[in-house]
Amino acid sequence: MANEIVITVNGRTHHVAASPDTPLLYVLRNELGLNGPQFGCGLEQCGVCMVLLGAKAVQSCKLAVSETTGAAITTLEGLMAGQELHPLQRAFLEEQAAQCGFCTNGMIIAAAALLAKNRHPTDQQIREALEGNLCRCGAHVRVLRAVKRAADLLAEEWGESHD
Amino acid sequence: MTNQGSSWGGSSEWSETGALQKSPQVDDWLAIRPDGKVLAFSGRVELGTGVRTALAQIVAEELDVPFERVQMTMGDTALTPDEGYTAGSMTIQYGGFALRHACAEARRVLLEKASDTLDASPEELVVRQGIISVRDDPARAISYADLMGGKRFERKITLKAPLKRPEEYTIVGQPLRRTDLPGKITGTPSFIQDFRLPGMLHARVVRPPSPRARIAELDSSLVQEAQMVRLGDFVGVVASREEQAVRAAKQVRIRWNETAHLPPMEDLFEELRGQPATEEIVEERGDVQAALARAAQRWSATYYQPFQAHASLGPSCAVASFHDDQVEVWCNSRGVYPLRRALADLLKLPVSKVRVTHIEGAGSYGQNGTDDAAADAAVLSRAVGQPVRVQWSREDEFTWEPYAPAMIMEIHAGLSRKGKVVAWDYHAWSPTHVVGGQAGIFLLAGQLISGKAPPPIPFFFGGARNAPTNYSFRHQRVTMHWISNSILRASSFRSLGGSPNTFANESFMDELAAAAHTDPLEFRLRHLKDPRGREVLETAARQARWDTALGPGEGQGIAYAQYENEEAYVATVARVEVDPATGRVLAKRLVVAHDCGLVINPDGLRNQIEGNAIQSTSRALKEQVTFDQQHITSIDWETYPTLKFTEVPEVEVVLLNRPDEPALGAGEPASITTAAALSNAIFNATGGRVRQIPFTPERVRAAIEAGLRGNSQGRDS
Repeated sequence: MANEIVITVNGRTHHVAASPDTPLLYVLRNELGLNGPQFGCGLEQCGVCMVLLGAKAVQSCKLAVSETTGAAITTLEGLMAGQELHPLQRAFLEEQAAQCGFCTNGMIIAAAALLAKNRHPTDQQIREALEGNLCRCGAHVRVLRAVKRAADLLAEEWGESHD
Repeated sequence: MTNQGSSWGGSSEWSETGALQKSPQVDDWLAIRPDGKVLAFSGRVELGTGVRTALAQIVAEELDVPFERVQMTMGDTALTPDEGYTAGSMTIQYGGFALRHACAEARRVLLEKASDTLDASPEELVVRQGIISVRDDPARAISYADLMGGKRFERKITLKAPLKRPEEYTIVGQPLRRTDLPGKITGTPSFIQDFRLPGMLHARVVRPPSPRARIAELDSSLVQEAQMVRLGDFVGVVASREEQAVRAAKQVRIRWNETAHLPPMEDLFEELRGQPATEEIVEERGDVQAALARAAQRWSATYYQPFQAHASLGPSCAVASFHDDQVEVWCNSRGVYPLRRALADLLKLPVSKVRVTHIEGAGSYGQNGTDDAAADAAVLSRAVGQPVRVQWSREDEFTWEPYAPAMIMEIHAGLSRKGKVVAWDYHAWSPTHVVGGQAGIFLLAGQLISGKAPPPIPFFFGGARNAPTNYSFRHQRVTMHWISNSILRASSFRSLGGSPNTFANESFMDELAAAAHTDPLEFRLRHLKDPRGREVLETAARQARWDTALGPGEGQGIAYAQYENEEAYVATVARVEVDPATGRVLAKRLVVAHDCGLVINPDGLRNQIEGNAIQSTSRALKEQVTFDQQHITSIDWETYPTLKFTEVPEVEVVLLNRPDEPALGAGEPASITTAAALSNAIFNATGGRVRQIPFTPERVRAAIEAGLRGNSQGRDS
């Protein structure tokens, strides 16, 4: 293809066959075979398609793939360090912070962006950071607990590395 | 009320033994593999509620094997029993019942076999972790796997094999972690949306702008990257790439002849009440008419439930592969067997040529667009001869899913001088709460292909759920006015009529408590004998500190119900904050006391109750399907807003575990008390009574103004 697009996802570069205006979400799911980001609305209204673009959580359902070249894209899959779960993933398991789990990707990604800039968010700050992430099952109270637990886990890890 | 013929509903989900009659053999439910894995087969499906884990707990417990060794296969017409629909909070209650007895029977077979092999009487044997040994000589032992040697049980389930006693339980009752979550938090394929087949194509259906619209003119000349399929008014586009299918769907130009006539939104309830209706008295005791006439005070009120959308976070999605005159379908249907029969009818195939396999999707809470998407995929796969994945758009889901129907509830009651309810006359107007039967015409594709409307559904279902109260009113009559035209396509949505009816009953109890100048908790207890009911009420009130003083603008309300009048007990105390200037309501805290008998997995149960509480808060405060006189106008998350994170209340759950009582379903009960608890809390905060869902700022403001004018309640005489 003449105008081949190159994107970096979870630390690896990929040559994309899609046309430039294709939403990033379709490329991630259908070309790269990823399952973390989900299709929820295609309107940037619900947050289930979120990925990290650099350190920022963005919705991928309308974002043209051509606009993401040069950025480091991280999906739910990419949060893991090898086989080891990210503290947010551990915390979501420990708090059983899901019902159907369809919103979980977006919740974790949005929380990761929050914790990257605020290591000790208050309840209200967490709620505000996740305002764009809908959950239909009503797992919110658990998600809230999980994000706080993840903040604690991160603090522990950070503390340990300085011992 | 529910005389469902077998071609309509199938009764296997509604009784303990229904599925056991169709699948009477242990081998229908269980297999023990040579490697020691226990395969358990359930016709129920996981809808995001954690039943996969809870059922596995029941199997591990009753069979005495480690939990990790149990592998659940659920909802596959080629592999599992037919248990009808996964609905009505029946999975643990009835699905669990069947599996439990299958396991008990299997355990008995294994003990008999071990008795031969180990040359010991069954009484001398003990079972631990899937190994049977002689009590006094533990070296004499054999595993389940070795006993079975990969063979079948060949035994009928008698329901007479000894069951474990609850006090012996070590797995049931434990808060085990959900087995599906590790995959979901790491991006491992978990959902139907993640299911891919080799050679799979992507499809979209081009939907009409309104129900019953017919194609007048179609121009597909712009479609280049996709194959268009047209069958009657059913138009789909199929492409190798998803974005091509999305584009192609917009490139099909259709001029539609629209004929839909919807009532103006503001006339909806008048229109509903004007429909021809079949009257059914579902409960009557005493002489309501005479008691009303004698009462010291007579009161009445009318409550309104709008159409509401399931609004699954993931729009419906399905994959189908049609080949060699048979079709395989993968989807998130809650009834793989009923869907199989409907698809066979739609595709004119023998039922044996249709296989439906459940794969989880986003939570659905009733029948949404899933079965319709499955039909779309099957039709399109047959047309193009390749596997096809259909993904509905957000707008497809909001405009074409079948809805929780609108209902009207009207109550007249009489109070004695001592402040007791002496007469209770309840009326509800409701259509049947099901989409249809197991025929192709009830699927959207069937309607579009044939150009026909579905026939009316000849039975009434769901709308009367929790219409009767569990209070000991001496004179009570409950009348259903079953309307045959639901106006918009009606469906099952979590608790069906349970939520609207309880909203009405428990709001009106609050109105009567106010009329009797009695505390709402005290007023309820005055009319309630059942000790389990009293205990959830008292527990919720205690936990919520019912008697503490509230701040300005704050209010609290209580509501109580027993689900379906004979299932789980639930009481909810809501704390709200109301801005009287704007009418905006913020739900601050919900306390739910819950008694569903024996608890299988306390953490899974808490999760269900929290979810019920939050989702029903969203429904009560924010949700209604909107339409103009032809079209649905709630088409996305802006036009159909749901509760956002900053609006979510704290939820506190108190479980009353009763190990000696049967395990009752918990998927719905805690959703039915919320609306009334919130409405009662709004009244407590402002003196305004909102009787129409959702409690929008405008309605709350109007209610506050009516309250200030002294018009908050309807006294008849």
